[in-house]
Amino acid sequence: MIEKDKTLRTLAIAVAIFAVAGFFLPQWAVFMLTLALAKGLVVLGLLILWRTGLLSFGHALFYCTGGYAVGLAGLWGLTDVVALIALGTVASILLAFALGFLITRYREIYFAMLSMAFSMILYGVLVKSEVLGSTDGFNISPPTFLGVKLEGESLTLGNYLVTCLLVWAAGWGVHRYLQSTMGHMSIGIRDNEIRVEYLGVSVRRVIHVKYVIAAALAGAGGAISAMVVGHIDPDSMAYWTVSGEFVFVTILAGTGSVVAPFLGSIVFELVRTYAFQYTPYTWQLILGSTLLLLILILPDGLWSLFTRRKARV
Amino acid sequence: MLTALAILIDGLVYSSWLFIVAVGLSLIFGVMKILNVAHGSLYAFGAYGAATMVGIYFDAGWAPLGSFAMLLLAALVMGAILGIVLERGLLRFVYGRDEVIIVLVTYAAFLILEDVIKLIWGVDPYYAAQLYGLLGMTEISLLVFSNYDLALIGLALFIGGSLWLAINRTRWGKLLLAVIHDREMSQAFGINVTRVYTVTFVLGAVLGALGGAFTAPMISVTPGIGVEVIILAFAVVVIGGMGSVPGAVIGSLIVGLSRAAAVHLLPEIELFVIYGVMSLVLIVRPQGLFGKTAEKRI
Repeated sequence: MIEKDKTLRTLAIAVAIFAVAGFFLPQWAVFMLTLALAKGLVVLGLLILWRTGLLSFGHALFYCTGGYAVGLAGLWGLTDVVALIALGTVASILLAFALGFLITRYREIYFAMLSMAFSMILYGVLVKSEVLGSTDGFNISPPTFLGVKLEGESLTLGNYLVTCLLVWAAGWGVHRYLQSTMGHMSIGIRDNEIRVEYLGVSVRRVIHVKYVIAAALAGAGGAISAMVVGHIDPDSMAYWTVSGEFVFVTILAGTGSVVAPFLGSIVFELVRTYAFQYTPYTWQLILGSTLLLLILILPDGLWSLFTRRKARV
Repeated sequence: MLTALAILIDGLVYSSWLFIVAVGLSLIFGVMKILNVAHGSLYAFGAYGAATMVGIYFDAGWAPLGSFAMLLLAALVMGAILGIVLERGLLRFVYGRDEVIIVLVTYAAFLILEDVIKLIWGVDPYYAAQLYGLLGMTEISLLVFSNYDLALIGLALFIGGSLWLAINRTRWGKLLLAVIHDREMSQAFGINVTRVYTVTFVLGAVLGALGGAFTAPMISVTPGIGVEVIILAFAVVVIGGMGSVPGAVIGSLIVGLSRAAAVHLLPEIELFVIYGVMSLVLIVRPQGLFGKTAEKRI
């Protein structure tokens, strides 16, 4: 019997609960959740690629592009939250569209390496550009909401609600995409690319589209992070460890559902925050061990905890 | 003219350093198809081990020149211990999984080892700078170079030469080539592939630690030194072709010379140039300059 797809309903309910919870949670928690959800958007993009068997070890490239697009627009006086996110997204889309012509020729480890090289080029450029504050980066003034300037707690909440809305929209869109013919092509390409080509599909074009979608999500995530943190610098946005973190969360979450990246991202942020707070010298040790355990015990990520029981019934 | 000479010698020194650091990574990838992110940790462990042992050696007041033996000893001890722990204790459980998943396993090992370093040595810097000055300086037409740096070129030549001999002129090397060529077939012919893997990994680990140990006198050994080295080594190995020792030579020469040229001529593009070259090579020859293409499976 084919089970009814409840993902969109789950997503909508979860986002609604989270959005309402934002009004009651303390400010630091809302701040942390916003960041986690923003990074979840990036991971959602990686999920699309990972389903195709491609792992980008340089997705910070687009995260950073989104962030710096917002930063630059802020310098020119653009502050509207919607416009800024749109700008970060579009900047990433354009970059990914151009790079896509090259990178779609590569698979497996070469895909990972080339994307890492691209992101390190951006890092190298940013570190040496003194106009942009080189390694120190620069501050970003808080965004305005349809012309309204918010401050303190209401600013945090405003950012959070916009992020929630975006998470819902992105989750909805990506889910619909994955259910489409193009989306279903992912697993075929992962399993055997040549056979997919025999079916008359241009694998490179399919991957190109996925790459651009993944970049758009990363750009949006980067734009939100930049606005929420109020500061951007190359080390926290473009270095290879940032990309490594995204890959980490992708594996942590699993590719089972569009909800998984956000769940994974929140769990990751919680583990990191608490590990960092209580054991400042061993938080990486805790993260590394978690990753190892997951790969060995739960190869399909946290999400498989929810689906495994169902499959048995 | 003087600048050209400076670029050449600086470039050669930097290339030699890169080669020593990256060759272990290339060896491991060539034989086991593992892109070992934890290589950076091995480098860091080598550096810390060397700094500690050199410190002890000098405190004991023995003949200063003997301290170079400490660098070697540190690399051997650190590389052997970590190599065996990583390969036997961790990697052998994930052989056969997706290549990218194995990269993540070594990434996890890297995260863990980063903190193990902090637990063992704390966060204060260590130094082994006494060694750096021991060999004195050389003046080459107005430019002054540290002999230690120049000795690195010799060390790189020695390591590269011995590896080449070991792979091409010994029985063990022949076994290795057989395993690289076809793992299953060599197993069927009675080669103990498990042992070849362990030996290769430990050798690669010792080389990584050696890179760290010989770098220790030139830097202050602090947490986080491994992070940067990993991607530099990746760049070298990708440019030369993953798994090829001659490729690692060419890769380190290209990266080393182009970085030296950038530092002397246009310092703004110092970082950019390394990854720029890496992307360029990947775009033109994805398998690297010396790499072999894998056939596609239908």
